[in-house]
Amino acid sequence: MSDLNTAMTERYRSSFLKEVEANVEEGEWVKMCMQCGVCAGSCPLGNAWEHTPQKLFMMIRAGKREAVLSSDAMWMCTSCYNCIARCPRGLPITHIMHGLAHYAKRLGLSPKNQPTQQFAQIFWDNLMKKGRVNELKLGLSMYFKDGFGQGIKNAMANQKLGQNMMKAKRMSAMELFGGHSIKDTSGLQKMIKKAQEIEDAKIQGNS
Amino acid sequence: MAKKEVSFYPGCSSQTGASSSNMMRATQTMCDELDITLNEIPDWNCCGASIGYGGGGELPRLTLSARNIALSEQHNPGQDMVATCAACWLSTREAKERLHEDQNMFRDANTALNEANLKLNNQTPVRHMVEVLIEDIGFEAIRAKVKKPLEGLKIASYVGCQTNRPFGIAEESFENPVYLDHLIDSVGAESIPTYEKKVQCCGGALAFSEPEKSQEMIHGIIEAAYDHGADLIATPCPLCQANVEIYQDQINARFGSKFNMPVVYYSQLMSVAFGRNSKDSALDGQIIRAKSLEDIAGK
Repeated sequence: MSDLNTAMTERYRSSFLKEVEANVEEGEWVKMCMQCGVCAGSCPLGNAWEHTPQKLFMMIRAGKREAVLSSDAMWMCTSCYNCIARCPRGLPITHIMHGLAHYAKRLGLSPKNQPTQQFAQIFWDNLMKKGRVNELKLGLSMYFKDGFGQGIKNAMANQKLGQNMMKAKRMSAMELFGGHSIKDTSGLQKMIKKAQEIEDAKIQGNS
Repeated sequence: MAKKEVSFYPGCSSQTGASSSNMMRATQTMCDELDITLNEIPDWNCCGASIGYGGGGELPRLTLSARNIALSEQHNPGQDMVATCAACWLSTREAKERLHEDQNMFRDANTALNEANLKLNNQTPVRHMVEVLIEDIGFEAIRAKVKKPLEGLKIASYVGCQTNRPFGIAEESFENPVYLDHLIDSVGAESIPTYEKKVQCCGGALAFSEPEKSQEMIHGIIEAAYDHGADLIATPCPLCQANVEIYQDQINARFGSKFNMPVVYYSQLMSVAFGRNSKDSALDGQIIRAKSLEDIAGK
């Protein structure tokens, strides 16, 4: 368990809701949920969620910290924004789900082999290298995330798809050698490092 | 028609050799015909897309978009920032609005931007290309440009999620937007206003990380198009286009279907209708060939 998680548990011992309000993106909206369930019924992957957004909101208020933050539920969000469009209370539910997922990951509580979580990190690392996404490397990193053997299997299974994309010039082998990049990668990396420092300091200050 | 200049944000997938490079080519053709000049924002970066939240926190993510807006303000002052990618548009507009509402976040974003010697004023409108077409050009002007009407083609308008929610296009409904149907009608094809999967999610980034769950949704999107007798599916979104087109083999294997449904961009429909050839309309970028469009383009 991470030090930050221990510190947060200490500080917000009595209220998980307060912890969410202070540290999760758009978390201050959670208390506005009136438990109507429209979000749960509107989610395209609704039945894949261990706990629907409606349920997560109630669990937060009930102090079910461990059950919420260690769940893979939030990682089921496809960012379709249906829940936001329909919520009668105007809660930015999509963002709260993203925020909860990110916070759980920051604390080291999210399930380790959750594929969307892995993909999200691979995506972020990929774009940070050159300032733009390298689609070929993104695909390959995802195929090979569970080791070389599994990677070859995945690549073989998707071989035809790759060939089709290459033929249509919508995938390029050249991307393996450098690929597209912004000019000011160092400026972008410094900028993001600073943004991360500001955000970390804010959350550390809350711990 | 008055010449229009926009500050253009193409996005990663529009680059040469990337998954929606075909959209970029058709967009360029469409804009040439409509006299819209695309002034690409110099050194633009990735917006973080909808999956960036996992690795990047709120401020880093907003700062990515802030950099693009700042570059647009610096290099293309006075021009609206326009994106063709749903995720690019959504992320940028979201960042613009949140940094407008939250002054602390705005200050923090500028502190970070300072590391790259940039400054955000956040005064630039962030728009989707579809808004430019509907609001600035208009359906009538589009109709007037048509040289080869797409007669006899029945086209399902698949708007998808992020061009439609949470911002959407002004005066359109989240549940049943009709602008894409109007665009389809404007180029002489037949729209399917009752196509019920119009705003169904394709899985987005989860098509990659959770293929089984996503392909079930994509199956429904294509099946409904067949049920309505559609010849093609048209979409504004690069990820929708890719997800609905490229996995059809895998979906057929998984569900025992025999799908072979072309999925194209509205810009490709317009390019063909405006009289441009298959190549200019990027029809060679299809995995599932849009034969009926190629025939019209070749006439």
